[in-house]
Amino acid sequence: MSVTTDNWEQVQATARQVLGEEVVAFIGLCRDEPNPESQLIAVLHKVQAQYGYLAAAHLDAVAQLMQIPAAKVSGVASFYHYFRLQPRGRFVINVCMGTACYVKGADRVAQKLMDELGIRFGETSTDGVFTLESSRCLGTCGLAPVMMVDNQVHPEVTPDQVPLILEKYLDVARRESQAESGA
Amino acid sequence: MGTVQDRYKELAASAEQIRREKFENAPILIQVGSATCEHAAGSREVLDEFRKHVAASGRDDIILHQTGCTGRCSREPIVGIFMPGQLPIKYERVDRELVHQIFTGHIQKNTPILARVLDGPVDRVYDFELLCCGSHRCGWREGTELESALPGLLQEAGVDLQRVKIARASCFGACSAATEKTCSHILVKPQKTLYRVCSSDDLREIIREHIQGGRVVERLRVGGKTIGRKFFEIYGDVAFFNRQTRVALRHNGVVDPTSIAEYFHYRGFQALARVLDQGDSAWVIDQVTASRLRGRGGGGFPTGKKWAMAAAASEKTRYIVCNADEGDPGAFMDRSMLESDPFNVVEGMILGGFAIGAHRGFFYVRAEYPLAIERIQNAIGECRKQGLLGKNILGSGFDFDLEVRLGAGAFVCGEETALIHSIEGERGQPRIRPPYPTESGLWGKPTVINNVETFANITAVINYGPEWFSQIGTKASGGTKVFALAGKIKHTGLVEVPMGMTLRELIFEIGGGVIGGKRIKAVQTGGPAGGCIPEEMLDLPIDFDSLTQAGSIMGSGGMIVLDEDDCMVDVAKFFMAFSQDESCGKCTPCREGTTRMLEILERITSGQGTLEDIAKLERLARLVKKSSLCGLGRAAPNPVLSTLNHFRDEYLAHVTDRRCPARKCAALIHYEIDEEKCVGCTVCARNCPVACISGSRREPHVIDQSRCIKCGRCFEVCRFDAVVRT
Ligand SMILES: Cc1cc2nc3c(=O)[nH]c(=O)nc-3n(C[C@H](O)[C@H](O)[C@H](O)COP(=O)(O)O)c2cc1C
Ligand code: SF4
Ligand code: SF4
Ligand code: SF4
Ligand code: FES
Ligand code: FES
Repeated sequence: MSVTTDNWEQVQATARQVLGEEVVAFIGLCRDEPNPESQLIAVLHKVQAQYGYLAAAHLDAVAQLMQIPAAKVSGVASFYHYFRLQPRGRFVINVCMGTACYVKGADRVAQKLMDELGIRFGETSTDGVFTLESSRCLGTCGLAPVMMVDNQVHPEVTPDQVPLILEKYLDVARRESQAESGA
Repeated sequence: MGTVQDRYKELAASAEQIRREKFENAPILIQVGSATCEHAAGSREVLDEFRKHVAASGRDDIILHQTGCTGRCSREPIVGIFMPGQLPIKYERVDRELVHQIFTGHIQKNTPILARVLDGPVDRVYDFELLCCGSHRCGWREGTELESALPGLLQEAGVDLQRVKIARASCFGACSAATEKTCSHILVKPQKTLYRVCSSDDLREIIREHIQGGRVVERLRVGGKTIGRKFFEIYGDVAFFNRQTRVALRHNGVVDPTSIAEYFHYRGFQALARVLDQGDSAWVIDQVTASRLRGRGGGGFPTGKKWAMAAAASEKTRYIVCNADEGDPGAFMDRSMLESDPFNVVEGMILGGFAIGAHRGFFYVRAEYPLAIERIQNAIGECRKQGLLGKNILGSGFDFDLEVRLGAGAFVCGEETALIHSIEGERGQPRIRPPYPTESGLWGKPTVINNVETFANITAVINYGPEWFSQIGTKASGGTKVFALAGKIKHTGLVEVPMGMTLRELIFEIGGGVIGGKRIKAVQTGGPAGGCIPEEMLDLPIDFDSLTQAGSIMGSGGMIVLDEDDCMVDVAKFFMAFSQDESCGKCTPCREGTTRMLEILERITSGQGTLEDIAKLERLARLVKKSSLCGLGRAAPNPVLSTLNHFRDEYLAHVTDRRCPARKCAALIHYEIDEEKCVGCTVCARNCPVACISGSRREPHVIDQSRCIKCGRCFEVCRFDAVVRT
């Protein structure tokens, strides 16, 4: 990729601040490969993995560093459901609403979660602990209905189990915040 | 012999050395599955627990072997115990407690835990297992089938039938045109000897020499690594597995998916070495064409033809892509293959790359599959280390490398032109075809896009030959198809069956039928692009054309069983909501049409629908089908059309009687408490989320209909059947 900006040094410095060394280094590597602009989605995945979501500042820095128009970067980020443009809670609950889970009662599990947390899909609880999301299929349809909390899959969930599962994660969050305030 | 074969033999020999060192000194093997389903069910904890037990026991004759997924989702975690000279035993739903019992009971004291055996309980452990080939290509002159002749012959020889288990399996891959219909095959376990038998005298000899005398009958023995063999050696005792023909899934649950050495052992890279040694790309395409392999991603396009088109392009820079986007909800075949046997898919891609003259290939994998991504990346890394990817592969002069590209949660990106845009780093919107990707694909160059399962079949076509491959299956489509069984079926999981098997056989004989003794209503195939096949049509053979004629499609392999509690209008609404949400919005018929159809379906399921709505729905469905730009829009009406076709009475009940026959649509159902039956236990009142049930203890309770949200909680919790749903 040829660099056409004259303030390249400054662009890099800002990007480093906003995106961190790792992402900047990754973009640097992409630049040496054929079709570097095709790595945009991979770069966004990296940013989201690191920061949990894609902030406007991230997108700007990516656009500058990859020399891709900012409108295209945000267009791509908003096209794909996997990318989140808002910050998320400590834990992300993903309820599978795929066919196999749906016919096995995923809607009732989802309803129970909404009742317990007082939020709907796409929202984060006021204490910042949980974000509730739905997924198309987690690929574990044989264990339907399933929900995933971060990377942990909970198989064959019933509405009755929901409070218990939530309690477990709340506990972790509580302990973390205690440790933090203690430190 | 050329340098390619020499180089391959060197690699295979050193891989074999590694494998031998691993297995040789440890006669006892504990096998635990490791894939997403297994992990969710707790297989990692199980493996840890075994590790602790082995360490604590101080024994050095036991090894732990991690494999991929066997396809028994509902029974995971499954653990296999292999003791020398004994039949393998598999346990289901293993937890820490059972690990302890297995270790102390089965492994230390040689007393298997019969109550917890897979698909058990069983009442005894047999000394021998005789697996008879039940495939239609085998057969013998004696008229009756092998497994019905066996008990008589065993008795005649004086063998105690209690010691021998006789079962029927499908193809072991030992058949050929020469033996067709005149000879059959039998696998004798635990010695794992495969015999070809052509007469009852052959059987008598096996009984006398092998079963009674403990000597292998060399005259009848079939050697070599035939395709289904290893799988049946391990899993051949359970009906769920025995009716399957495993080609694409032949290594699933057999090999360690992270070990290239184990892959080498099962003829890994043999096809590649042969093809690169010959150096004739047209030959590869001819083989694939002759196999009658059709694409497994849903469309069913002949793979050989697709490759030939790309190979004929005048542009010489070409690409090959593996479509692992697997967006159909309820389908997980591709995930399982990538997690359980990634090297096989990689080898299939290198072969495809060579055939069409590509030097760069891409795996497009959905981001929701982290373990699959990890295993592919590992496989690619291992192949590079051994010179099986990169420059001058096996010294052949052929350069080829693979990259992994992630999807980001857009169903439409499974469509090939959208997928191309996504790999290019753009929004994943489809474009009009032609030109087809084989002419103008990635960066405008000829590109072949195939599904994971399609690639998984390539090595089998080359290694076992197109004649063998095309014999499995039907005239129009060779080979097998992998299905993900889910929904209201007893054995959920992954199965691979020959094309042409009937839906009924698949669902009842392999899948074990519907759970809870309910009546099956329909099978949904093809996901949001497919349709519902009613119970009356279950004798339909599974192949691309029959399912299309029935108003559904083969699709990529998702198969959801629906029972009497599933409302077909609701199912249609479910898929329409999916398509509406996933429509990329580029063309009006799909964008607007799915929205309007969804509105109508919502009206109908909420009891506001009219007959005119049904007519309008049908008109719209046909319009959208005809005028949308890409496959998503063109197929989105299928669930509606097929349910309207086969279940119109359910639609009518919703609009004319304001009734949901399956009692699923909340607005049309009604809960009431039967005064006579209610004993006043208060359970329902305590469980009602909106507290709309009143009544004192030991008095009949009453539901306040104006506040009831129809959640059905009271109906579920009442133990006296006093809550009536109408
Ligand atoms: C909306 C839509 C989604 C699709 N999703 C997939 C998919 O997830 N995996 C897949 O292999 N093919 C999918 N296809 C089919 C592909 O466009 C393409 O036909 C296929 O990958 C070709 O491979 P095959 O010939 O090996 O089947 C989809 C098609 C459409 C229209
Ligand atoms: S049919 Fe639907 S998904 Fe396909 S291009 Fe049109 S709007 Fe997009
Ligand atoms: S649970 Fe059944 S028996 Fe008990 S109060 Fe409710 S309706 Fe009556
Ligand atoms: S259906 Fe639900 S809301 Fe209605 S009475 Fe029963 S428990 Fe209460
Ligand atoms: S439908 Fe829920 S995991 Fe597949
Ligand atoms: S059909 Fe019997 S071994 Fe193949």
